[in-house]
Amino acid sequence: MNTNRSKARLLQGNEACLQGALYAGAQFFAGYPITPSTEIAEGMARELPKRGGRFIQMEDEIGSIAAVIGASNAGLKSMTATSGPGFSLMQENIGYAYMTETPCVIINVQRGGPSTGLPTKISQSDTMQARWGTHGDYTSITLAPSTVRGCFEEVVHAFNLAEKFRTPVVVLGDEVLGHMREMMNIPEEGELEVSPRPKPDVPPEWYKHFEITPSLVGPMASFGQGYRYNISGLTHDEEGFPTAKPAQITAKLEKLRRKIDRYADEIIRIRTEMMDDAHIAVFSYGTVARSAMQAVKFARARRIKVGAIQPLTIWPFPDAQLREMLSGVRKVIVAELNMGQLVNEVRRVAPRHTEVVALNRYDGEMMTPQQILDRIREVVK
Amino acid sequence: MTTKMKTSDTVHHYLRPKKKFPNVWCAGCGNGIIMGALIRAIDSLNLDKNGVVVVSGIGCSSRMPVYLDFNTLHTTHGRALAFATGVKFAKPRLKVIVITGDGDCLAIGGNHFIHACRRNIDITTILVDNKIYGMTGGQFAPTTPSGAIATTAPHGNYEKQFDPVRLAIGAGASYVARGTVYHVQQLEKLIAGGIEKKGFALIDTIANCQTYYGRLNREGDAVAMLQWIKKHAINVRAAGNMDAEKLKDKFLTGVIHESDTTEFCDEYQMLVDRLAGKEA
Repeated sequence: MNTNRSKARLLQGNEACLQGALYAGAQFFAGYPITPSTEIAEGMARELPKRGGRFIQMEDEIGSIAAVIGASNAGLKSMTATSGPGFSLMQENIGYAYMTETPCVIINVQRGGPSTGLPTKISQSDTMQARWGTHGDYTSITLAPSTVRGCFEEVVHAFNLAEKFRTPVVVLGDEVLGHMREMMNIPEEGELEVSPRPKPDVPPEWYKHFEITPSLVGPMASFGQGYRYNISGLTHDEEGFPTAKPAQITAKLEKLRRKIDRYADEIIRIRTEMMDDAHIAVFSYGTVARSAMQAVKFARARRIKVGAIQPLTIWPFPDAQLREMLSGVRKVIVAELNMGQLVNEVRRVAPRHTEVVALNRYDGEMMTPQQILDRIREVVK
Repeated sequence: MTTKMKTSDTVHHYLRPKKKFPNVWCAGCGNGIIMGALIRAIDSLNLDKNGVVVVSGIGCSSRMPVYLDFNTLHTTHGRALAFATGVKFAKPRLKVIVITGDGDCLAIGGNHFIHACRRNIDITTILVDNKIYGMTGGQFAPTTPSGAIATTAPHGNYEKQFDPVRLAIGAGASYVARGTVYHVQQLEKLIAGGIEKKGFALIDTIANCQTYYGRLNREGDAVAMLQWIKKHAINVRAAGNMDAEKLKDKFLTGVIHESDTTEFCDEYQMLVDRLAGKEA
């Protein structure tokens, strides 16, 4: 790993999430203690008051995300961090954030479920919940880092996307990534892009908080800036007032979808390794991608033409990119720490000649390189 | 606004008259009276409209912000105080006012209510206490008296009633008052007092819902219900000289509790200053 000795730090994934958030300019954190994400809240409680930022431990996760949304509308870059049960509790208000186009970042350090499940063990079983967790139609952005440095970068990226598209952005980590330590350099100021929130420059009487602009998303005012507008979770018109008019309802819902879909190519990032001549591919994300990269190297040593595909953006799903990558692939193994979630997305977009093979583990343990290698050797036969 | 202005001009100055009227409330509803009292209270304090945020949850009374020309945030059911906490803590210079119903605040939002009181965060909460769920059609609330009829208590309510005033005092709020939709001038003063008071303020506002509570419990129309409120309200200052027999079945109005506990955002700012090496 490329680490400059003087600036290198040994960090946990959760600490890297914290550092990334501070780098991105997070000024407000509301959360509730939950394993295995707690280190993020603890770090925020330590760091934010020193910087004039705001930390509040709320009475539950419902209140936490509500406070985050309130603070974001009052003008601060805001976030929370949680795990499965807390993520479930937040869902109604995450929907409110989609509907009210409120930027915020939600880190879910995944553990096993359903219910209390496995608080101290790894899982990737919230993948679909990140996409469809709250009721109604909407499009979500979800990022999945696989390294400690990746945690830092994806959280910075999440804030940029949240502010740009005025939407909640979910970062899916997991117990192993959250607690694993790796060396990394904290990037210098200016090394990574940090987007400020675009502010309106029109006079108050022209301002529409939910205007459907040519680029779909307009600049966002915040409370106290002299723009007095209404924000409501009720389906609303461009001014934010509740509407029952079919044309306005359609326009609002289509905006929520299109403002992400139109920019999907810009949002989606996907890594590949040794895919140039691969007949077989391993598709994985988050921590599992580490094992997949290792397994691919082992398999290559045995002259198996296999490559690895790792989406860093799992929502919106990289439909077009993946279809293209699989054009020369006979079999794709989809490795996940759940009973099969993204595999169905891969099945949906895979070309007809590509067989999709699921590889799942859901016993609270990490997927090992050996396990993936065994499956590669099986499908080669 | 000067006091010389006509009342209707004052009211229009604070409303969005061209945008959202007529309102959704039933004829005779107390919500309009409360909205009027709130407007006059804000006007009496000369607050800048840009510096006022009105937050609400879900229910009939929670529709109020949409009509008001401030920064308005109509949130999810029960969560108004949690959203308001985020707004206030993010920008303490904003005056944050919460409009919430008894079901919104005390049932689904009960946890946020007690913790907002405990933090003593500077939010003024107007609790529209009409003893029933209006918007969903007359189900019993935590404030519905035992024995009263509701659509989910067709044989009489077999639960007990919450007293939000005692709850707020017990949880640590620094300003706790009760007003009514009959005593409009008092209500205006109680709201203004709550906004001026640093810390969490509750104005438990006894209101009529003739459409559901009144009809189901044969308490008559809006006027009859207002008369009932008039008859049963006792000013806390007058109550001191009355015996238990006279106070039976009555409720107290006015400022029932006031204390000078440190406010949450102030406390946090002291921490920020201390960490920055500045003495307060």
